[in-house]
Amino acid sequence: MYIDAYGMESRALNDAVRACGEHSITIAHCIGQRYLGTALSDKALSIEGTPGNALGAYLNGGSIRVHGNVQEATGDTMNSGEIAVFGSAGDATGYAMRGGKIFVEGDVGYRCGIHIKAYRENKPAIVIGGRTGSFLGEYQAGGTIIVLGLHTDGLPIVGNFCGTGMHGGEMYLRTAQVPARLPVQVRAERVAALPEDAAALVREWCALFGREEGELLRCAYLRLTPDSSNPYHQMYVGN
Amino acid sequence: MNMYIPPEYEVVRDTERCIACRVCERQCANEVHSFDADTGKMTADGAKCVNCHRCVCLCPTHALKIVKSDDTYKLNANWDNQTINEIYKQANSGGILLSSMGNPKPYPIFWDKLLVNASQVTNPPIDPLREPMETRLWLGKRAASIERDEKGRLKNTLAPQLKLEVPVMFSAMSYGSISYNAHEALARAAQELGTYYNTGEGGLHRDFYKYGKNTIVQVASGRFGVFKDYLEGAAAIEIKMGQGAKPGIGGHLPGAKISEDVSQTRMIPQGADAISPAPHHDIYSIEDLRQLVMSLKEATNYEKPVIVKVAAVHNAPAIASGIARSGADIIAIDGFRGGTGAAPTRIRDNVGIPIELALAQIDQRLREEGIRDEVSLVVGGSIRSSADVVKAIALGADACYIGTAALLALGCHLCRSCHAGKCNWGIATQQPDLVKRLNPDIGYKRLVNLVGAWKHEIQEMMGGMGINSIEALRGNRLMLRGVGLTERELELLGVRYAGENM
Ligand code: SF4
Ligand code: SF4
Repeated sequence: MYIDAYGMESRALNDAVRACGEHSITIAHCIGQRYLGTALSDKALSIEGTPGNALGAYLNGGSIRVHGNVQEATGDTMNSGEIAVFGSAGDATGYAMRGGKIFVEGDVGYRCGIHIKAYRENKPAIVIGGRTGSFLGEYQAGGTIIVLGLHTDGLPIVGNFCGTGMHGGEMYLRTAQVPARLPVQVRAERVAALPEDAAALVREWCALFGREEGELLRCAYLRLTPDSSNPYHQMYVGN
Repeated sequence: MNMYIPPEYEVVRDTERCIACRVCERQCANEVHSFDADTGKMTADGAKCVNCHRCVCLCPTHALKIVKSDDTYKLNANWDNQTINEIYKQANSGGILLSSMGNPKPYPIFWDKLLVNASQVTNPPIDPLREPMETRLWLGKRAASIERDEKGRLKNTLAPQLKLEVPVMFSAMSYGSISYNAHEALARAAQELGTYYNTGEGGLHRDFYKYGKNTIVQVASGRFGVFKDYLEGAAAIEIKMGQGAKPGIGGHLPGAKISEDVSQTRMIPQGADAISPAPHHDIYSIEDLRQLVMSLKEATNYEKPVIVKVAAVHNAPAIASGIARSGADIIAIDGFRGGTGAAPTRIRDNVGIPIELALAQIDQRLREEGIRDEVSLVVGGSIRSSADVVKAIALGADACYIGTAALLALGCHLCRSCHAGKCNWGIATQQPDLVKRLNPDIGYKRLVNLVGAWKHEIQEMMGGMGINSIEALRGNRLMLRGVGLTERELELLGVRYAGENM
């Protein structure tokens, strides 16, 4: 089904998507409509233009492809499914994701992947082609974040305060430089090659965006992991 | 060097009565009691006692009592024993003091300085035994536009509402902070009473989806257990921005308390800490809050009311005004005496403001701005009796949340040691041997008893005032008078002094 979103209010557009019985839906001329694909579980959305905030919030399966940039809070509390952005993403991408995958061709803004957590077979993954803003993976409790750093604007691959409060999961940054002011409870180590599950994510990213995987798989990465999953263990005394 | 801290309480055993049956020994998870085989007598180590009264209640011969120790440091009105001991604890450990349940300090309790009116002679009271007395109410946005369909019939444009048979709901307490059996008791009681219980931020156990119609699910910054089924299974969704016991402080369930079952419910790994910080890192403005409100409505097809819960703090009226414009249907305000499973002592005892003042000012502000009907107001922290409920409603609340009172009904003795996870009453614990002490069949009936009794009392008080519907009491501050309050306090509460005429 094809929906021309030009001039449509968010709610009308979302109602149209919900009401549509077909599996594949193409939305054209998207201009800032919010909450697209919220809590969908079995559709394939293809969006042309720029969806607004909270695209794919609580996504529970299916796929969303955006041919354009996305705004804030993409994939908020996503449970499963896949979001692919053929462009860049705004702040708080993948907030508190528990499962599913987000692939971004370009850069992401602040607070990407904060609070993401793994649960049983659900292992959320975010793969970013370019660079990220500050607060990447804050309070990360599980899952995988990969930053490929293919940006060309010369800025550091991640911003400040990367991994603050991180207590689970892992990050792979394609850089030799340890992020500035990494918290003490986060360990950074160089790995000569990505482990298989992370490499598989990079291959998926390459296949989606039509990039050569060779160089991206052969090079070294910086792996960030928390020192302990109980970071606040010793802070308290019973009163 | 660890400074010795003398026990606060002593276990006193009447040896004449004690039959050395060893019940107390088995009942105390703190291992206070033991049996001395040589003498054939029971002994007790008061240093481990938290004064939960489990042993006192279960001793078959009533041989036990717990008394406040009279051991004391040199008396000092400024440096009391508690204050000195807290210094020793921190010097011993370097830790942040951690406490539980509500603020125990002697701050003023405004409920106890408000008196309720009754009719005499000209406007006769109503006898609730004879006349219908309506305690049913709806929570949600009341403001609606009038629209007609093509045949001229009125369209239902009213936002979704929560129907309550009694103006009391059970406040948010997560599975993890309290036990499975406690949750089951709350859920079943809510169902029978025609009201709601609240999952807190700990997710919803699979077994309890069947109580969905009486369940409010919470969404906090960590988003534990939040997914499609959880949102769809509930009657309403509450966004937790803050909590009265610890405004500005988030939730932190230590890994040790995350059992297999709790991990499944929260949808997080077993044994890892569950951290949900105070700030939602995607919410920095009312506009951002609106986004979360609307995405939750979108996820549930605009069928469920959304509640935003905040702690009562200094700017409460302005915050409430913002929330009323965020698209939320209900605002829950939690006063500084609200309970908690664990909070830093200093925060619990020093941060936030009394719910009575916050409520009066919020209701006032929303009415002045003409947006009172955009939202319902639910207040908690702490509501201790049906009289508090009546006073809260007269001050402007639509309904109340009770937490501590509900736990007391389940057996809690307010020992304020929930953070230790060894609740002898089977409430604030995940230890299977302790959890099974709380029988949900009995527990839920006790909750039904409590709230049912409150309902009767509310009806009596309403009847006395000559009011036959709870909705007519809402914001009816002329039904209240203050005693022992200053001019300023009366002004903030919007009530007159006792003895003043209408
Ligand atoms: S902790 Fe409770 S059960 Fe144990 S001795 Fe003290 S009052 Fe009795
Ligand atoms: S819930 Fe249990 S541990 Fe907490 S105060 Fe009540 S009796 Fe004590």
